[in-house]
Amino acid sequence: MDLFDVGEPIRDRAAPDGEIETRWERRRFGARLVNPANRRKLTVIVVGTGLAGGSAAATLAEAGYRVRSYCYQDSPRRAHSIAAQGGINAAKNYRNDGDSIYRLFYDTVKGGDFRARESNVYRLAQLSVNIVDQCVAQGVPFAREYGGLLDNRSFGGAQVSRTFYARGQTGQQLLLGAYQAMERQIAAGNIEMNARHEMLELIVVDGRARGIVVRDLVTGSVSAEFADAVVLASGGYGNVFFLSTNAKGCNVTATWRAHRKGALFANPCFTQIHPTCIPESGTHQSKLTLMSESLRNDGRVWVPSRASDSRQPADIPEDERDYYLERIYPSFGNLVPRDIASRAAKHVCDEGRGVGPGGLGVYLDFADAIRRLGRGAVEARYGNLFEMYQRITGEDPYVVPMRIYPAVHYTMGGLWVDYDLQSTIPGLFVIGEANFSDHGANRLGASALMQGLADGYFVLPNTISNYLAAGPFPDISDRAEVARARQAVVDRLDRLLSVDGDRTVDSFHRELGHVMWEYCGMERTEEGLTKAIGLIRGLRDEFWQRVKVPGTGEQLNQNLEKAGRVADFFELAELICIDALHRRESAGGHFRAESQTPDGEALRHDDEFGYVAAWEFTGDRPVLHSEDLTFEYVHPSTRSYK
Amino acid sequence: MDIQVRVWRQSGPDDKGRMVTYDVKDISPDASFLEMLDVLNEKLILDGDDPIAFDHDCREGICGMCGMMINGVAHGPERATTTCQLHMRHFSDGDVIDVEPWRAAAFPVVKDLVVDRGAFDRIIQAGGYITAPTGAAPDAHAMPVPKADADAAFEAATCIGCGACVAACPNGSAMLFTAAKVAHLGLLPQGQPERASRVVDMIDAQDEAGFGGCTNAGECTTVCPKGIPLTLIGRLNGDYRKSVLGRPL
Repeated sequence: MDLFDVGEPIRDRAAPDGEIETRWERRRFGARLVNPANRRKLTVIVVGTGLAGGSAAATLAEAGYRVRSYCYQDSPRRAHSIAAQGGINAAKNYRNDGDSIYRLFYDTVKGGDFRARESNVYRLAQLSVNIVDQCVAQGVPFAREYGGLLDNRSFGGAQVSRTFYARGQTGQQLLLGAYQAMERQIAAGNIEMNARHEMLELIVVDGRARGIVVRDLVTGSVSAEFADAVVLASGGYGNVFFLSTNAKGCNVTATWRAHRKGALFANPCFTQIHPTCIPESGTHQSKLTLMSESLRNDGRVWVPSRASDSRQPADIPEDERDYYLERIYPSFGNLVPRDIASRAAKHVCDEGRGVGPGGLGVYLDFADAIRRLGRGAVEARYGNLFEMYQRITGEDPYVVPMRIYPAVHYTMGGLWVDYDLQSTIPGLFVIGEANFSDHGANRLGASALMQGLADGYFVLPNTISNYLAAGPFPDISDRAEVARARQAVVDRLDRLLSVDGDRTVDSFHRELGHVMWEYCGMERTEEGLTKAIGLIRGLRDEFWQRVKVPGTGEQLNQNLEKAGRVADFFELAELICIDALHRRESAGGHFRAESQTPDGEALRHDDEFGYVAAWEFTGDRPVLHSEDLTFEYVHPSTRSYK
Repeated sequence: MDIQVRVWRQSGPDDKGRMVTYDVKDISPDASFLEMLDVLNEKLILDGDDPIAFDHDCREGICGMCGMMINGVAHGPERATTTCQLHMRHFSDGDVIDVEPWRAAAFPVVKDLVVDRGAFDRIIQAGGYITAPTGAAPDAHAMPVPKADADAAFEAATCIGCGACVAACPNGSAMLFTAAKVAHLGLLPQGQPERASRVVDMIDAQDEAGFGGCTNAGECTTVCPKGIPLTLIGRLNGDYRKSVLGRPL
């Protein structure tokens, strides 16, 4: 099957070379600036109000730019960053345990299985220390010790304690910090906030991103909105799997629409399956809930030693339990990175040793921690997570071990960006989970919050000025491209409403998710992926013939919103499978069964696949543009956590 | 299990609205309340009816987007639980369950169970922040915060802005919401410079948005999914009195 064409490699990354420690400083110095009086004449659209979008909007507005912000929720405070539980990494070395910027850089490049760009990751590690300072100044109530200083904990893939946290609600607290900074700028008139609005198209005029087409989700009105630059901070695409830990509204539409307009989409097959989620309970299941990775600091993962052991966990004696992570990975134990922990869980379940309904689960047991620390201490650390588990499952994890199973959680892939976080469309910047840049093939725990805030508070506000210095750009309101972009949105909405078939949007989404989880989930094969592409194409055709979207476009219509998102997921799903099929190696979250070591670990092929795969949309076969990755500092090695 | 739901249907702000009864059959006790509504909506769509509009997003109890009156109680019968985290195992076969939107002057109905909570954002705009422009921050350890204060600030900061407090209040007051933010920021050393103006400005914004006054009914804290305590309102009142009288806080 001829699935794609190969195009020119990408050469311009806009990254300075030379000493890695000073690259960011030199880039900032080299960037053109906009003087404060002129910033008022420049407008920036920011789509999404999570950690990346919220922090970017607030910071750009503080700097004096006119910001127009959009989110699909009813308030910017609800973006899905709010659900991040565990924490945020920063190389403060407050513990004096050997941490440094270089070590965080090293851990992140290695954790990403050598598929990230060194320059970007080093900058991220440098900025990590500023982020924590910034958040404390805003009043983010991080956990503290009795002496009044900040507390830390450990996360997967690291041997130091560098994770700052606010109980199990770190994302909420960081997001409220960014949201409050935004609200201050809204009150000051520097941000125009448009909640319950969804971006449905990107407007490109004279080769520059100049605006977006949005639908007001309450009135249904479709309008073209203009700016001198557009920033996408619209998050990841994990909901292509239907069941994931993402919020129900999370979608790929903003980035996919930009991709169709010329922005390259990089490494879509790098998706992260999180090892510790609450298992599915039935066919009604609408989403999966994560149990924070921080639980693996004190919880021990185990399954019965022999298959089909149906005894209650308390009845299984110590010597008939297999603490398999501690056994296989003695130096990292329960804190191995997510991709490794997820695959290990799948393997023991495949061996018939899984627990709970359907044998799709493993125990996460706190009995030892409760004995060692006392129930009070465990409650102080994880109380809200234990409550959440009990509320969902009806079981008390203080008494019975938690049952967990892997679920789709995060997507490392996203729109391709250069060092300035600019996509291949001039004037279109992409930040946070929506871009591909920093996590390679696997993201380490507590690094998503770090990246979102680094991009929004510190990177973008510096790099976007280099672009805006050429503005303000001419008025485009009467250009034909604008009318065409708006009309395309109206036509597509009409088309979705006019099918009037006999299947619901959710039924299609659920079926697409099954295909993706089955053939493009934790383990992928050439045969499975090829089959998936056929199934996706068939299902997509059926969608456009049989979908039933009730109501009209001139009202609040939640099914119409979903239908548009699912239609885009179908297109993305095919690209994910093509990317996964073409990458005949295992790296991080992408595990190809054909490429493994004798003991079942991921086997990379650096010579053949040591590049970023950036895909161009053509309407027919996608075109692959590769960006070669060079490692001057952290030399690719086999990732070992044993 | 088989149940009946009586749901508030209102096509838009100008519609008078009414309760409509639906049968929901064969629901798993492990389904969440919103998943039960999903199942009902799938049926309504295939039957050619208009599905019920309701707000929801994270379905993990943290985004604050969901919320409805269930048998007259904001977020339903379980304490400290958002609607998305309420499971059908807390109901019985044959139950008839009333489902209505938040009802408060400051939260107009948009459609069915969806209301406009923009008034909460306007209260935050008035002063629910610490002014700390990006880049101006000192080292995070420059200012130690006693653990007790940091913990208390965190407890107050866990408010998810769902609006249950307002919906439960006989006066439609937003006092618990405002008090939580005033306490979060006022308990921290970083929040002191704006403490006096913050409380006055936020109370003014609350009045302007059409929320009622607080008469210490305490319904708010009873339904709060995060258990924000009523004592924070006392704290707010103390700050407010001193600020208005120009006394030190």
